[in-house]
Amino acid sequence: MHMADALLSPAVGGTMWAVTAGVAAYSIKKVQNELDEQKIPLMGVVGAFVFAAQMINFTIPGTGSSGHLGGGMLLAILLGPYAGFLTMASVLVIQALFFADGGLLALGCNIFNLGFYTCFIAYPLIYKLIIRKGYSTGRIFAGSLLAAIVGLQLGAFSVVLETLFSGITELPFSTFVLLMQPIHLAIGLVEGLVTAAVVAFIWKARPEIIEKAASGEKLGGLPLKKVLAGLAIVAIITGGVFSWFASTYPDGLEWSMLNTSGKEELEAPDGIHQTLASIQEKIAFLPDYSFKKVSTDAPETEEAWPAVNAGTSVSGLIGGAMTLLLAAITGLIIRSIKKREKASAV
Amino acid sequence: MSNPAESLYNIRILDEFADKKSIIHDVHPLMKVLTTGAYLLVTVSFSNYELSGMLPLIFYPVIIMTLADIPMVPVFKRVLLALPLIIGIGLFNPIYDKSPMLVLPWITISGGWVSFFAILIKGFLTILAALILIATTGMTRIASALRTIRIPGVFIIQLLLTYRYIAVLVEEAGRVVRAYSLRSAGEKGIKFRDWGSLTGHLLIRSIERAQRVYRSMCCRGFTGEYHTGREKGIGIGDILYFAGWSLSFVIIRYFNIPEMIGWVMMGVRR
Repeated sequence: MHMADALLSPAVGGTMWAVTAGVAAYSIKKVQNELDEQKIPLMGVVGAFVFAAQMINFTIPGTGSSGHLGGGMLLAILLGPYAGFLTMASVLVIQALFFADGGLLALGCNIFNLGFYTCFIAYPLIYKLIIRKGYSTGRIFAGSLLAAIVGLQLGAFSVVLETLFSGITELPFSTFVLLMQPIHLAIGLVEGLVTAAVVAFIWKARPEIIEKAASGEKLGGLPLKKVLAGLAIVAIITGGVFSWFASTYPDGLEWSMLNTSGKEELEAPDGIHQTLASIQEKIAFLPDYSFKKVSTDAPETEEAWPAVNAGTSVSGLIGGAMTLLLAAITGLIIRSIKKREKASAV
Repeated sequence: MSNPAESLYNIRILDEFADKKSIIHDVHPLMKVLTTGAYLLVTVSFSNYELSGMLPLIFYPVIIMTLADIPMVPVFKRVLLALPLIIGIGLFNPIYDKSPMLVLPWITISGGWVSFFAILIKGFLTILAALILIATTGMTRIASALRTIRIPGVFIIQLLLTYRYIAVLVEEAGRVVRAYSLRSAGEKGIKFRDWGSLTGHLLIRSIERAQRVYRSMCCRGFTGEYHTGREKGIGIGDILYFAGWSLSFVIIRYFNIPEMIGWVMMGVRR
């Protein structure tokens, strides 16, 4: 689930860093405004707890295998979305530094994939919605399970998008999705059940811990439009800037052709090769972060690095924009659910 | 990472490396963070097929590790442990990209294999760079570097507290799991009906510990601000360190040095 640096392009990595920094800055502001100093050591210790709990093997009933806890959902439930997001971020920073679990450039992606969806989408939209009529073991189980599954599914889908926009893997979109989503359904199920079991236990043993965290953490008062607009601007700017760093050499394949055969394109014999090439062309999502060029006769050798290339920048923007589109759609869903909730309350 | 003892050992060995004294250890942490960032950006900016061009990047970890007196074997071992995911995703490239790329007299190598190895090398270099950063700097000094660039104190205190308490809580979790396994012969993990109570007890104890920590912090004058101690200022040497490395990275990125060497060796002019 953790993205690695090697699977990322600078444009995607940089964009996700900027988006995550935006969310983190907003969360820090919210946590500071709450002025609850006591929460700071709590965040630290609970972060360390999640780290420790990730090492516990949970036997999955009916199978011989075992699963682990990720912890994003649990942090949101225990600390609220803002503090939960920040705590998840520092757990991931430590994992990246000490365990090479997801790289430093991929940190933006990983914090977003594992922290944003759980804390800002699944927690307010699913968990809190189910819990709003009051706590019961059944509701805690339903809420945690569903929220964890949805959070992980969104995170896994993000991994697919980020990898494909980076253009590192040749894996077609559909195959990648079919590979990732079912695996993360299973992982989400275990994650949800562990989270539910822990939350239900704590709610029985020390109900105030769960109830205190949930109170005063409304997302309704959040100027969502402003936040999303801010994120969009940050993402677009950095997407544009970082994609200058994407390769400015002619498409790597053409370039090596040039070096091996002296021609930019091999004269494809026909049949299978041509079919493969055309399939590949269709599959490759914005290869090399540039528009498909009309091939020119002269080899490109004079482009400076980092070159400000409109085509390169545009596709970097598209990459950032697509992820944001996903966030925007989820934002719209939040709003419509909120509206419906309000309407039913009246 | 599933073994508590192993992960504690991992943290401690890197901490020990960070406590050493060397010319690299003395460089201002912020410059080391920035240099690592530049290195990572340049490394991943190589396209999938520029296999030869990225090779000179290995000079950076080799030089740093030698200067900082960091043993290769334990660090390389950690890099290898992190590679399987990259290999897993990368292995699809040879399956989907079969266009010939390197036509040698005895073998034709497909583009997929070239890109697979490019991903592998990128993975190796990027993981190594992160480990080198922490092994020559340490968590506290990285935190103070973050403070220099005005990352809010709340996040930094929280990061350092998490780091500090990992050792404590991982040990505690290890003891709980050991006690459980001694009482449940033949079980490989925690049974479903114990998922909540075992983890929950650990969590309640952690929360209570956090309250004690907070009270003792208050007793020692905690006001919401964290002082990382005085870091020496950024000197000319620190700036040169960053500038020198960045320049080398850009040169490596811009000129395919191995290929140039190849031309020279073969006496071929472009």
